[in-house]
Amino acid sequence: MEIFLNFIQSNIELFYIVILSVFLGIEVISRVPSVLHTPLMSGANAIHGVIIIGSIIVMAEASPDNYLVLTLGFIAVIVGTINVVGGFVVTDRMLEMFKSTKGSAPKPNKDK
Amino acid sequence: MQTNILSLCYLIGSVSFIIGLKMLSNPVTARRGNLVSAAGMAIAIFGTLFLYQPAGTHFHNQQWIIGAMIIGTVIGSVAARKVKMTAMPEMVSIFNGMGGLCAALISVVELGRIAQDHSDMHVLSILAGMVIGCVSFAGSMIAYGKLSGKIKDHTFPGQHILNLLILLAVLAMGAFIIHGDSAAPVFIFCGILALSLGYGILFVLPIGGADMPVVISLLNSFTGVATACAGFLYNNQVMLTGGILVGSAGAILTILMCKAMNRSIKNVLIGSFGGSTVVAGSTATGDQGAYKEISLSDSAMVMKYARKVMIVPGYGLAVAQAQHACHELEQSLRNNGVEVKYAIHPVAGRMPGHMNVLLAETDVSYDDLLELEAANEQFSSTDVVLILGANDVVNPAAENDPSSPIYGMPVLQVWKAKSVIINKRSMRPGYAGIENQLFFLPNSSMLFGDAKDVLQQLILQVKEL
Repeated sequence: MEIFLNFIQSNIELFYIVILSVFLGIEVISRVPSVLHTPLMSGANAIHGVIIIGSIIVMAEASPDNYLVLTLGFIAVIVGTINVVGGFVVTDRMLEMFKSTKGSAPKPNKDK
Repeated sequence: MQTNILSLCYLIGSVSFIIGLKMLSNPVTARRGNLVSAAGMAIAIFGTLFLYQPAGTHFHNQQWIIGAMIIGTVIGSVAARKVKMTAMPEMVSIFNGMGGLCAALISVVELGRIAQDHSDMHVLSILAGMVIGCVSFAGSMIAYGKLSGKIKDHTFPGQHILNLLILLAVLAMGAFIIHGDSAAPVFIFCGILALSLGYGILFVLPIGGADMPVVISLLNSFTGVATACAGFLYNNQVMLTGGILVGSAGAILTILMCKAMNRSIKNVLIGSFGGSTVVAGSTATGDQGAYKEISLSDSAMVMKYARKVMIVPGYGLAVAQAQHACHELEQSLRNNGVEVKYAIHPVAGRMPGHMNVLLAETDVSYDDLLELEAANEQFSSTDVVLILGANDVVNPAAENDPSSPIYGMPVLQVWKAKSVIINKRSMRPGYAGIENQLFFLPNSSMLFGDAKDVLQQLILQVKEL
C-alpha cells in the first residue's frame, strides 16, 4: 500500500495525463456517424502504431553485440512501421473515396 | 537542448493525434484529419530517431533501425495499396496485430533487463504490455483468418471456463514475478507469453465472423492500452497519450458499433446468440409457409419498367465483390429512365460504413446513398426493392416480434414497397440465425444466386429487353 501511494505521488502527472486522455478519447469519438466507424477504427489503429517509438528506444539502447535483443528489436521496428504506414495509407484510401464522391456532389438539389 | 526539442516533438505529436481523431469523426474533415495525425506521427518518430539520447550511453544501431523502418514502410504501404476494398477489415486486423506484436516484443526485451531495474510498477507495466500485446496479436491474427474465411468458428463445451482459468493463471504468474523475492525463473516468463497468446486465440475463436468488426475494434483498443503501458515504462508522453487515446476511443467505438448492430458487448464476446439459436431457427423453417421465386428475365422486366428502384446492398454484395456490377445495373436502369437509389443500413456489409466505402469505390454518387431514415421515408413510393445479400437488416421481426433476438434493431422497411426482389445464395438465415418473415410476404420474391452473377445477368437482360 505504501509503495502504491508513493508510486502515485511520484508519477502524479502521468496519472493526470492518463485520466484526461481517457475522457478526451471518449469525448472526441462519441458523436461520430456510423458511416465513419470503419475509417475511424483504421485511423485509431494507425495512431497506436506510435508503439514503434518504444521499439526504436529498445534498439537504440541495445549494445551492438547483443544479438538476441537486436533481432527482437529489429522485428519490432519492422512490425511497428507496418502498423503505422499501413494504417495511415489504408485509412487514406478509404477516405479518398468519400472525398472524391463528396467532391463530385456539390449538386444536392439534383432530385428535388 | 536535443532532449528539449524532442519533448516539443512529442508534444506536437500528442496534440496532432487528438486533433486528427477529432477531424476523423467528421466526414468533411476526415481525410485531412488522417493526414494531421500522420504528420504528427512522422514528427514523433523522426524526432526519436535523430534526437533521442539514451541515458548513459550512445544511440546505437541507427542504421539497423532505419533499415527496419524502410522494410516496414515498403511492406506496409504495398499491402495497404494492393488490398481490395472488400478485404479492408482483414487488413486493419493485420495492422492491429502488428502493433500488438511490437508491444509484446518490446516487453520481452525489457523483461530481460528486469534484474537491473527492479521497480514493481515497471515490472507490472512490462507484464501488462506483454500480456495485452500478445492477446491483441494472436486475436487479430485469428480475426484475420476468420474474415478471410481461412478459419471457421470453433466452440467446445467449457470454453469460457478454460478462458477464465487461463486468465487467472496469467494473473497468478504475474503476481508471482512481481512479489517473488528472487528473480523469477525464465520458464514463468515463457509461460505467461504462451498463455497470453493462447488466450488471444481462444478469445476470438468462438466469435462469429460477422461480429469480427466489433472484435477488431476491441483488440484495437487493447493495443492502445499496451502502447500506453510501454509509454509508462519509458516515461514517454506521446506513447502514453496516443495509447490511452486509442484505448478509450477504441472502447467507445466498440460500444457504438455494438449499438448500431443492436448487440451488447457481452453478447458478442460470449456469443450467446449464434450457436444455439441457429439450430432453433433452421429447424423452424418448415412452418414458415412458402416463398416464391422469380426468374432473371422477370426481375429485369419489373425493374426496367419501374419508376423507382431502391437497391439494398448487404453482406452478400461485399462477399461476391459485386459493387461494380451493381453500379452498372444502376446505370443501365437509369438510362431507361428509372430512378435508382441505394438504401444503406448503418451496419450493412462487413463493418459499419463498409457499404459506403464499397459503393463510393465504384463512383456511385453520394447523393444516391440514402441513410436509414431517409430510405424508410421513401420505401412506400418505391416500385421495386432489390435486396442484394442483406438479411437481418431488412427483417420485419425487428419491429413486430418482441421475442426475436433482433427486436428493437432499426431496420430498413423494405416491405412497404410494391414489390421486393431478394437476391440470396440460399434460404439460409443470416448471421443472427433467425428466419426472415420478409421472404414469405406476398409482395416478396426470391432470386437465388451469387450476387455478382445475378447482377451481370440482370444487366444483360435489361439491355436486351
